[in-house]
Amino acid sequence: MNLLSLTIKDASEKLKAGVFSCRELVVECFSNIKKHDKKINAFLTLNEEKAIKKAIEYDGLIKKNKDIFAEKPLLGIPVAFKDLFTTKDLRTTAGSKIIGGYTPPFDATVVKKLVDAGVIIIGKTNQDAWGHGSSGENTDYDATRNPYDLSRVPGGSSSGSGAAVSYGASLVGTGTDTGSSVRLPAGFCNLVGLKPTYGRVSRYGIIAMASSFDTIGHMTRTVYDNAKVLEVTAGVDPYDGTTVPVKVDQYTKTLGQSIKGLKIGLPKEYFVKGLDGKVDSSIKNSLKVLEKLGATVHEVSLPHTDYAMAAYYILVPSEVSSNLSRYDGVRYGLTREVFGAEAKRRIMLGSYTLSSGYYDAYYLKAAKVRTLIKKDFEDAFKTVDVLVVPTSPSLPFKIGEKTNDPLKMYLSDIFLCPVNLAGIPALNVQSGFADGLPVGMQIIGPQFSEQLLYKVAYLFEQETQYYKIRPEFKNG
Amino acid sequence: MAKKNLTREDILHIAKLGNLTLNEKEIELFKKQLSSVIDYINKLQEVNTDKVEPSSQITGLTDVLREDKVDDKRTLTPDQALANTKSKEGSLFKVKAILTE
Amino acid sequence: MDKKYTPIIGMEVHVELKTASKMFCSCKNDPFHASKPNIHTCPVCLGLPGALPVANKKAIEWTIKLGLALGCKINTLSKFDRKHYFYPDLPKGYQISQYDMPFCFGGKVKTSFGDIGITRVHLEEDTGKLIHQKVNGQNVSLIDFNRSGVPLVEIVSEPEIFSSAQAKEYAKKLRQIIRYLDISDADMEKGGMRLEANISLQKKGEKTLPNYKVELKNINSFRYLERGIEYEMKRQAEILDGGETPVQETRGYNAEKDATFTQRIKEEAADYRYFPEPDLPPIKISDEWLKEIKSDLPLSLDSVFKSWKEKHQLNSDLAELLFETASELLWLNRLFEETAKAKLPVDKLVNLLVHKKLKAELFKTEVDKIIELYKKETVISDISDDELKEVIGKVIKNNPNPVADFKKGKTTAVHFMIGQVMREIKRKIDFKRLEKLIISELSK
Repeated sequence: MNLLSLTIKDASEKLKAGVFSCRELVVECFSNIKKHDKKINAFLTLNEEKAIKKAIEYDGLIKKNKDIFAEKPLLGIPVAFKDLFTTKDLRTTAGSKIIGGYTPPFDATVVKKLVDAGVIIIGKTNQDAWGHGSSGENTDYDATRNPYDLSRVPGGSSSGSGAAVSYGASLVGTGTDTGSSVRLPAGFCNLVGLKPTYGRVSRYGIIAMASSFDTIGHMTRTVYDNAKVLEVTAGVDPYDGTTVPVKVDQYTKTLGQSIKGLKIGLPKEYFVKGLDGKVDSSIKNSLKVLEKLGATVHEVSLPHTDYAMAAYYILVPSEVSSNLSRYDGVRYGLTREVFGAEAKRRIMLGSYTLSSGYYDAYYLKAAKVRTLIKKDFEDAFKTVDVLVVPTSPSLPFKIGEKTNDPLKMYLSDIFLCPVNLAGIPALNVQSGFADGLPVGMQIIGPQFSEQLLYKVAYLFEQETQYYKIRPEFKNG
Repeated sequence: MAKKNLTREDILHIAKLGNLTLNEKEIELFKKQLSSVIDYINKLQEVNTDKVEPSSQITGLTDVLREDKVDDKRTLTPDQALANTKSKEGSLFKVKAILTE
Repeated sequence: MDKKYTPIIGMEVHVELKTASKMFCSCKNDPFHASKPNIHTCPVCLGLPGALPVANKKAIEWTIKLGLALGCKINTLSKFDRKHYFYPDLPKGYQISQYDMPFCFGGKVKTSFGDIGITRVHLEEDTGKLIHQKVNGQNVSLIDFNRSGVPLVEIVSEPEIFSSAQAKEYAKKLRQIIRYLDISDADMEKGGMRLEANISLQKKGEKTLPNYKVELKNINSFRYLERGIEYEMKRQAEILDGGETPVQETRGYNAEKDATFTQRIKEEAADYRYFPEPDLPPIKISDEWLKEIKSDLPLSLDSVFKSWKEKHQLNSDLAELLFETASELLWLNRLFEETAKAKLPVDKLVNLLVHKKLKAELFKTEVDKIIELYKKETVISDISDDELKEVIGKVIKNNPNPVADFKKGKTTAVHFMIGQVMREIKRKIDFKRLEKLIISELSK
């Protein structure tokens, strides 16, 4: 088996047919981890012993009952969980040292759903601590590296999950997307990454970054795989009052349907200076592919785009400062001086924007601008079905390139954060490669349009097949 | 808004609000970095938001409530509750004395 | 206290609701009867990473019910907010509370000194409980989170209380209403109801509110509230007399010393950094829902007392000692109606019940049975004065010594005679009537 190019779809068929066993699959994951992870740093905690035990148990189940896959749609599929996902009896650090020794007594709803669907937990992945970052370098541990070029970042904050799926340590990497954190690593690591509609997937048990922004997504190699996972994770959770009671679609069922007549919007505010020419031309090429598939392209305007980052960097730190208040070293973890520099910066920024005398000028103002940005998107979706924009203005950048200038780092998410302000879904698919590095493209839709996004992405992927280009560990 | 230059006092005040203690190096670093971020976010003041309602949430949901029923599915044993603390006494969490009198 | 100053007092009263489960999780709400510390906790009320709150519907309904009983208006759109401060008993580093859109606002409570405005009634969550003690010779604070997340209602009054007695009456009245609604035990000793008074003194004749405020906190009895306020009035008057302004601070009350003491001096105003709780969608109180809550609201106590006065000539001072909750009141109503139907005086029955002179268990013994017992007690048989005089004569004759005592001026001898007469007649007779008759017979 070649794990570098294996998909969930292949794996399920082969497990069913007995081409290989769950155990062999899991052992292969760990052998890849042993081979590469010293250099890549995708994992913070491995679950090897329990994973193999579970795999053996599942092999027994398959032997007894071939229909078990109907009951457990992801049986035997290896998953790497971002370390913001609370896993019962498995260390959960949020990429931080302050709770570096925390072992949760419960599972996040999504973890439980996936485990019930038969996945095997490979381990917990590295990340920018608490989700604060776009490169993976804000981890309190060693920074994760991009398997396509080890001198570059894999994108963050779900950096370890992106790298892990990319280099064959797992078939799924979960992530959270508060401003960029699933789409950017997916874009930098040649993966399909979903930022679902806010409220589509339960946040219960996911360590909170910014509660009104956090969405729970995942990265896979293909669109089909991605849709398959969302079928399991989506839905209302009585433990999360912000999950929305909208029917969960059978996302895989409509893949392959024509997108003839689809109207694609290009927000003019996104194609301006600051956008790398190579990224720009890659996206333009991809639009041609989409046109060939029957879509039409239209210019649209999102007039408040220029204010999105400012609103984002008020509202998110405000919520961050609040959510990080519980880490006081009393019930778990260490005391607050152990927080990393980025966490401290955001706690301070958020404490400032919420503080007496500044609340109206910052938090309240930004919450109003958020309304305007949400409306921008709603207006655009009156004339087009989806929007297509680059995931990042640049190619995966060098490790260390932006670490000394937080503001510069913040602004690398300029194409990503507006989507979180509006609470709408976006899917990263591969637009192509430039200089041997992946270029990501986002397809953005209205609330709860995940099915449409998958449909568009699937046809595009079938046409381009960039997912077959696997990493070569350059500069390793 | 005028260019924002946070003072040392500002930084100490904000750190106190966030229950953080900073060393000298951090104070200097954050003074510079936070000033530039605040400068950037001040750009919002340009936007006319008269008659715009704030969005603190994005789903439009209201009245998501639970019935008043005890359900111990999530209840932890005292051992579980205390499993991650470094400081306990019996089945209680322990902290340095907090003076009330 | 001298007449130079008027105390200006506003009160904040916290009450734990007795819902079955906690405010934002389904843990058992039973901190007072827990067999062990930290047995009623879960990821939510322990503030574990990733846990989320979901609000208890009944707690919201009860808060609105209380607001209605206090004559408040109800916000049609309400929400929860996060209130931030750091304290080891506050697991999330913020308390889920309500800031600018409380469920209820603008009510009033009547006292014999005048009406007191209710600024607002809002809902929040209680903190864990701190226990201060010595462990291995070291002073430590221990934390029990059984109480963490228990629904807590805060009732804030206007600064319209002008004496310690009025403060006490207000607090008592609040507790009576809360117990009547049967939404809380409001047990002060256990901390189920906690009183806080903001006290300052205004110079007589001045119109503006004083520029300082002393918070008297953690008061667990009505008497201590009264004493604490009185102590503060004296203390603050002395400081003002000396030309100074009392320090803005939080003080406690020490019952042993009958004095207040400094708990915390506020150098700067607390900055709680409130913002809308993103984990809890706002709450719309629809007309329908409000109607439903209103239909569940018992008659107001004032109107109940008024109708008892009219129907049964019943004094509320006495009647209110009989019951606490609305369901108990319904039971009493039935008893009173039946009593009246039997042509027996209700006020006397209440008197007997208050003084426990009937072998009946309130709310448990059947109404018919109580009336029967009452009948036995009240039958002052239609015995005539002449008949009585005959018995009295017999008793006088048989008891020469007490009679002699009486004649010597020992009036207590009459009581002995009454007892003797009663024993002879074996029936209940009006005490006053008998006493009068005996005295007149003895004085012959």
